[in-house]
Amino acid sequence: MTTLSQALWVLLLGSLLGLELIGKVPPTLHTPLMSGANAISGITVLASLTLIANAQDNPALLILGSVSLGFALFNVVGGFLVTDRMLAMFSRKKRGGGR
Amino acid sequence: MSILDVFGYLIDLLAVLLLALGLKGLSTVRSARSANGLAALAMGLAVFGLLLQLQPDPIAWLWIAIGTAIGGLLGLITARRVPMTAMPETVALFNGCGGMASLLVALAVALYDSDGADRVELISIVISVFVGAITFTGSIAAMGKLQGWLGTPGWTQSSVRHGVNIALAIAALVGAFALPGDPTGTALWLLLVASGLLGIGVTLPIGGADMPVVISLLNSYSGVAAAAAGFVVGSQLLIVAGAMVGAAGLILTQVMCTGMNRSLVSVLFGGALGGSAPVGGGGDEAGYSRIVSCSAEECAMALENAERVVFVPGYGLAVAQAQHALRELAKLLEANGSEVSYAIHPVAGRMPGHMNVLLAEADVPYEQLLEMDTINPEFPRTDVVIVLGANDVVNPDAKNDAQSPLYGMPVLEVDQARQVFVVKRSLGAGYAGIKNALFELPQTAMVFGDAKAVLQQLCTELRSQGVGKAA
Repeated sequence: MTTLSQALWVLLLGSLLGLELIGKVPPTLHTPLMSGANAISGITVLASLTLIANAQDNPALLILGSVSLGFALFNVVGGFLVTDRMLAMFSRKKRGGGR
Repeated sequence: MSILDVFGYLIDLLAVLLLALGLKGLSTVRSARSANGLAALAMGLAVFGLLLQLQPDPIAWLWIAIGTAIGGLLGLITARRVPMTAMPETVALFNGCGGMASLLVALAVALYDSDGADRVELISIVISVFVGAITFTGSIAAMGKLQGWLGTPGWTQSSVRHGVNIALAIAALVGAFALPGDPTGTALWLLLVASGLLGIGVTLPIGGADMPVVISLLNSYSGVAAAAAGFVVGSQLLIVAGAMVGAAGLILTQVMCTGMNRSLVSVLFGGALGGSAPVGGGGDEAGYSRIVSCSAEECAMALENAERVVFVPGYGLAVAQAQHALRELAKLLEANGSEVSYAIHPVAGRMPGHMNVLLAEADVPYEQLLEMDTINPEFPRTDVVIVLGANDVVNPDAKNDAQSPLYGMPVLEVDQARQVFVVKRSLGAGYAGIKNALFELPQTAMVFGDAKAVLQQLCTELRSQGVGKAA
């Protein structure tokens, strides 16, 4: 589907984008940011889904794909929810704690 | 190219855009929460777009449903149940599982689908297995160390560990180079086992204080593993997202290192901070000579007369779950006319920003949390400083004693304040495993006890003095 050179360009530009996106981060947000970035790295669900869909009923591929999908989704779902839980504390305080 | 393909590409592009915006938004306080939602939405969109393109058959759907149900449910439960104090371990666990997912995909393709694989695909499999295995075992080891399940074995502090790790790395390399010729045989298992052991071998020697940096670095690795998996299955979206997270994780790691005044090299190869320190290692109370301890009553009296009070919360506060009791005390003091603030060291807690999260949970106003550079010039005009379960981050030796292993680390200069109370269970050492010169200063008094219990006693004392009722 993709040629190698295309894929390498995508890799390069993606890396540069990542380097630029995070510049100054207040220390307050280091933990949530790390947790959020961690959730995004669970994007490997896409690889698991592709593996399952292209398994052509090979049971070994189906099972391994399903297990890896479970691991990846654990990362994604848990990661986003726990990040939201952390960040919710900041916003709740902002509304309620005006003194 | 069919309409469906075009539609699929558009969805992919939108997903990448939203992921990038989400990652960016996560670095400002105001937008962070919506940015997190945006990133989650982007992820859902990417999955939807992919399923549209793949058109899985019913059997594939069944297995997708099984994986989704189990992984999603466990993720949901873990995210709901886990206490805020265990956040670093949790991130490590999630991260390890992400690495495991990439590893499993590569493994499955290598074992069952590598007949027509070209060189690029084989190299991607190698990278994915290597990085994925290191991410998984490294993260689990980091989690084990933070939970206290794993210690720091003696041999990991000697040069033996470099020998072991180099041997493992060579074994992994041998496997990596042999794999393209024999993708299903010994080479694959050699690569897998050696990489996995290497992840443990590299993480195990690192001390608890440096663990956040390691987790952040492993987080970056899991991005790399995802990008490699993207090459394996030929997904551009996966390559972009993986590369983005990998690069962003590196920057975050660097930011954390700067905050701790540690270089990445010394974190990774230097061994546990203080593991070989000459003075009073790991929790023994020897070496202190002039310690003054005092009761909660005395401390409460000092607080009652103080105009300016600064709290220095540390991990001990988090362990004791005392953030709510602290907020309670702060309210009483404010009612009594004192000016209250909280000094937050960049690495307070176990992870940068961890303490902010914990205090936010107890509704502490954001403006009262002061960062090190803001609060340090304020200490000389502070009447009372209360150190709650923090240790190394207030050690004046980091400034004064060139022999100290902490020397050069930026610390909170609480020794400048008029009076310092250190609330601590015992005289045990902090993460760095060294003695704290602060405890012996004439203006310092130790209040021994559990942070929560002491704070509650202080509240009771103050209330019995009539504080907080007048208002």
